Amino acid sequence: MSKVLMKGNEAIAESAIRHGCLHYFGYPITPQTEIAEYMAKRMPQVGGLCLQAESEISAINMVLGAASTGERVMTSSSSPGISLKGEGISYIVGSDLPCLIVNVQRGSPGLGSIQPSQQDYYQATKALGHGDSQVIVLAPSSVQELADHTGLAFDLGDRYRTPVMLLADGALGQMMEPVELAPEGEFKPIDKPWATTGHKNQRKHNIVNSLYIQPDELERTVIERYQRYAEIEKNEVRYEEYLTDDADVILVAYGITSRICRTAVGLARKKGIKAGLFRPITLWPYPKKELAAAAEKASRLLVVELNMGQMVDDVKVAINCSKPVGFFGRTGGMMPTPEDVLKAIEKDGGAV
Amino acid sequence: MSQVVFERPHALCDVPLHYCPGCTHGIVHRLVAQAIDDLGIEGQTIGIAPVGCSVFAYNYFNCDMIEAAHGRAPAVATGVKRCLPDNIVFTYQGDGDLAAIGTAETVHVGARGENITIIFINNAIYGMTGGQMAPTTLLGQKTTTSPYGRKREIQGNPIRVCEMISTLDGTAYCERVAVDSVPHINAAKKAIKKAFQTQIDKKGLSLIEVISTCPTNWGMTPQEALEWVRTDMIPHYPLGVYKDITGEESK
Repeated sequence: MSKVLMKGNEAIAESAIRHGCLHYFGYPITPQTEIAEYMAKRMPQVGGLCLQAESEISAINMVLGAASTGERVMTSSSSPGISLKGEGISYIVGSDLPCLIVNVQRGSPGLGSIQPSQQDYYQATKALGHGDSQVIVLAPSSVQELADHTGLAFDLGDRYRTPVMLLADGALGQMMEPVELAPEGEFKPIDKPWATTGHKNQRKHNIVNSLYIQPDELERTVIERYQRYAEIEKNEVRYEEYLTDDADVILVAYGITSRICRTAVGLARKKGIKAGLFRPITLWPYPKKELAAAAEKASRLLVVELNMGQMVDDVKVAINCSKPVGFFGRTGGMMPTPEDVLKAIEKDGGAV
Repeated sequence: MSQVVFERPHALCDVPLHYCPGCTHGIVHRLVAQAIDDLGIEGQTIGIAPVGCSVFAYNYFNCDMIEAAHGRAPAVATGVKRCLPDNIVFTYQGDGDLAAIGTAETVHVGARGENITIIFINNAIYGMTGGQMAPTTLLGQKTTTSPYGRKREIQGNPIRVCEMISTLDGTAYCERVAVDSVPHINAAKKAIKKAFQTQIDKKGLSLIEVISTCPTNWGMTPQEALEWVRTDMIPHYPLGVYKDITGEESK
């Protein structure tokens, strides 16, 4: 399979189709609109459907309906639009339905900006919807990973009956890189006996539902779901390490920021600073044990993000506050250069 | 020799309903289930329950069921129907669900001409939460959130759903019925069955508005409630067919 040059947003869309997603429901918002545009062009060619909803709220509820039938289905948006989807996502979690939700993050809060950001880390990892709920969060850092993680997201969603979020940003969505896509026509659907497809007078009626008016019954379903979350935490942690073995200072960064940090690690090493990079790929489940092990020999950590430090607490918890944890970030759609990160490495001596 | 002349439709589960005495949800549930039975479509039907008094409808209909968020049933139905275009998909929604929080979803299934059926219960009040003002509450009507009576200058005007939905190009069949009397119930039965037939024939959106009662939150006996439907509700919400393009080809 040869590589093709694609925009990040388009790679997500094409990869989704190749992984069996033939239903896309979305709403235009910069900087993710190319996903909807690509789907609008491509879906009719493969016998699929791209439907532009009247709102983000409707789009996520169309996803709920489509997922109830057992089909692979996705939606995409950017930060303000994801907030609108929050209600529906909680219902999808409560109904144990798989789907893919893509967030190509932009500057916030409010209308914010249309430039890249990572300001939705808390929202994605802690409270994407109301209630005791969680989704798997993948943080790709290249166009290739956007494509690969799209397929992974559908597989994980089906395996654990959970929504999965692909947490990208405006830079990843808009950049072009060579990408090798999954072959076409190899997707094999799994059996979903819970799906509401009409009982054909052959079984009892299926019910897709998140309402349990008896509190003990609701508690039981939540606890069962958390047992599934425990399985996910056991089996699905993903991360990457770069020069952490002998590192004195470990940068912790994900997504597009991890690529800036990788360059910064090289700059620091040229200056004689033993820097390394730990990159969580799953932001939930968070690679806690793995980060703690990597941090053992280091003297300090430096979290780098495109926000005001939303991942810092997760890092501190992961290492049980055993080392100083510094933070450097730009926000509102601003991007640091590797030199900016180098300066932060040199300047930062202690904790935030 | 005995002959069965009346029985529970198969599409209606054999379980106790939770509705208040005198509430007309039970009648409408039966009419929907009867239509599903008559058309022989239970095995291919997927129903969408709303949030409101009929929130437990997923336990009452024998077909596959999905529980939607408040107002979102038409969007959920769209997702189902677009994946399963040959199945039958219906929503069952109240006035707060359909005409307040879900107005956008309702209007746009009409605009798109989604080939689904909407059963819309209009009883001019929020029942499940205990008698608050609905988008269809009449001017002057007292509710817990319009305790001095709904005033045009404060709470605005009630929405006439059939009149609104019938303006949309994708609406194929739209009728307002009532269940306050035997003749009206018979007309409602016919309308609901025709709505499902419209979907079977792939004509577009079908919506049946059913003028219903809520004796508990109206503060009336069931009989007074039925009388109030006739004296106050129907004059504001006239019964009849608001749109019907189902016979156009044969003209």
